[in-house]
Amino acid sequence: MGAITFRRHSAQWYARRTARALVVYGLLIGLGAIFILPFLWSLTSSLRETGAPLGFPPQFLPTQFNWRNYVRVFEMIPFATFFRNSVIVTTIAVFGELLSASLVAFGFARLRFPGRNLLFILLLSTMMIPYPVTMIPSFILWVRGLGMANTFGPLVLPPFFGPAFSIFLLRQFFMTINTELDEAAKIDGASEFRIYWQIILPLAKPALATIAIFSFMANWNDFLTPLIYLSDRNLYTLALGINFLRNMRGGGELALQMAGAVMFIAPCIILYFLAQRFVIQGIVTTGLKG
Amino acid sequence: MAHAAAAPVAPARKRSVFGSPLARREAIVGYLFISPWLIGFVVFLAGPIIASFVLSFTRYSPGRDPVWLGLSNYTRMFSDDLFYHSLRVTSVYTLFSVPLGLIIALGLAVLLNQKVFGQRIFRTIFYLPSLISGVAVAIVFAWIFNARFGIINYFLSLLGLPGPNWLGDPEWTMPAFILMSLWGVGGTVVIFIAALQGVPTELYEAAELDGAGSWKRFWHITLPMISPVILFSLITGIIGTFQTFAVSYIMTGGGPANASLFYLLYLYRNAFTWFEMGYASALAWFLFLIILVCTVILLRTSDLWVHYEGLAKK
Repeated sequence: MGAITFRRHSAQWYARRTARALVVYGLLIGLGAIFILPFLWSLTSSLRETGAPLGFPPQFLPTQFNWRNYVRVFEMIPFATFFRNSVIVTTIAVFGELLSASLVAFGFARLRFPGRNLLFILLLSTMMIPYPVTMIPSFILWVRGLGMANTFGPLVLPPFFGPAFSIFLLRQFFMTINTELDEAAKIDGASEFRIYWQIILPLAKPALATIAIFSFMANWNDFLTPLIYLSDRNLYTLALGINFLRNMRGGGELALQMAGAVMFIAPCIILYFLAQRFVIQGIVTTGLKG
Repeated sequence: MAHAAAAPVAPARKRSVFGSPLARREAIVGYLFISPWLIGFVVFLAGPIIASFVLSFTRYSPGRDPVWLGLSNYTRMFSDDLFYHSLRVTSVYTLFSVPLGLIIALGLAVLLNQKVFGQRIFRTIFYLPSLISGVAVAIVFAWIFNARFGIINYFLSLLGLPGPNWLGDPEWTMPAFILMSLWGVGGTVVIFIAALQGVPTELYEAAELDGAGSWKRFWHITLPMISPVILFSLITGIIGTFQTFAVSYIMTGGGPANASLFYLLYLYRNAFTWFEMGYASALAWFLFLIILVCTVILLRTSDLWVHYEGLAKK
């Protein structure tokens, strides 16, 4: 940081710099170890010998590879069904969020209509409302009004109706896209929908990817909504499923629970590594400009 | 909806609200594009908000007609020990977990911003835990805090310290939850790194020429320049901790002795275990009020410590 090149540095300066680097790397490695330890420990524990006594010292690197624990998770709970339910719910919700958020964002960013700014301010202010405030009437609406208890409806339909935060992010992104292209398309007689579909959406792929990833994580990990709406065990999402495993008879075992947890978080971790760039960019945009 | 929104706008130069037929067409198409949100706003937000407000003045459980109670749900809150208790649990958690999380995130961000070798690997290591929310965290940490086999007590035993019964002793449950929350600071770290990178280097160079040491530079340049981002993280952090649910539901079920009875868990039980949906709605409105008051206070007092030029210059 302080490398001002025209200055000649004394031996003392170099010694101080080395000491400082040692402290920085020492702290980073030490803290990094603390942050990564829960992962290593869960993975190692998930591969323990079945029925081996728990004990000190705990192991942090796998020495046994007993995949049997993973198979046992499938035997104890309908894991494949839970997994499929989670995939269905998450896929539909992500699709709905992308579709509706991009449509609405296009309207706010590109089209002029009376009350546009007022409505946008209204949209922004809805982000202030915490979920618990609408939770109970929504439950009554879905369950008593629409008769959709024990369906995926309450989980997958709301994203189709314009999640405010994603609309906000996409609208900001659309505003940065040059209007020359759509002006030209307009002169050629292209409809607004074609401009949205063939010009704006392809250009917005990075922003859409970011929203898709965060929507995936939120839906995959969501616990409260499925807990409220799903009581039929065949409809459980994985989030409910691994909690169910933990509470069932014979599910109290460390290795089993860790195997379940590892399989539950694996898709999120894989997705992160596939799309790291979008994730980091997304957090930065939401954090700095949000 | 479209009619209502169209009415009161004052046209500047144009004859009608919509102006030319072309503009009128564009307006109609515009409303069509935003219609998913308009419908969602009415059906899933405005409607439920009004309903929730009305419900909060009634006794209501599904299948029965609501009974008008006036303000008594709200007066009941103030004689409800569990309400006070859950509010205290949540406030203590917020009071420790949010500031500690910010300090640790800032420390990590400063470390990672030193042009260290392997910065991306470290950033990934610190960020990954924040990907894992709720259920998985609760299941893994229930074991990590296990009094006999958990790794925390193992490390304490290495230091010769007696390990507490984290999730079995009401005294130690809150510290356990706070510690656990710190594992998830990665998102804030990423935000802070970006903010640190946005501080103009000329400022540091000028300060160094003036003989300011690294502590002084941090205190007088870095902190003020990134203070808007700190404020943002503080507000979103508080909003988040006041809605803590899954970890306490799964890991401790609110126990032991209600030591982890978070506000939202208590609200959930009122609504969906005891079907006291009127009272639960009142609790939800009070939660909203708390979040609102916290946000307003932080924003109002922010000009005392937040330096707003920082981001504008970027």
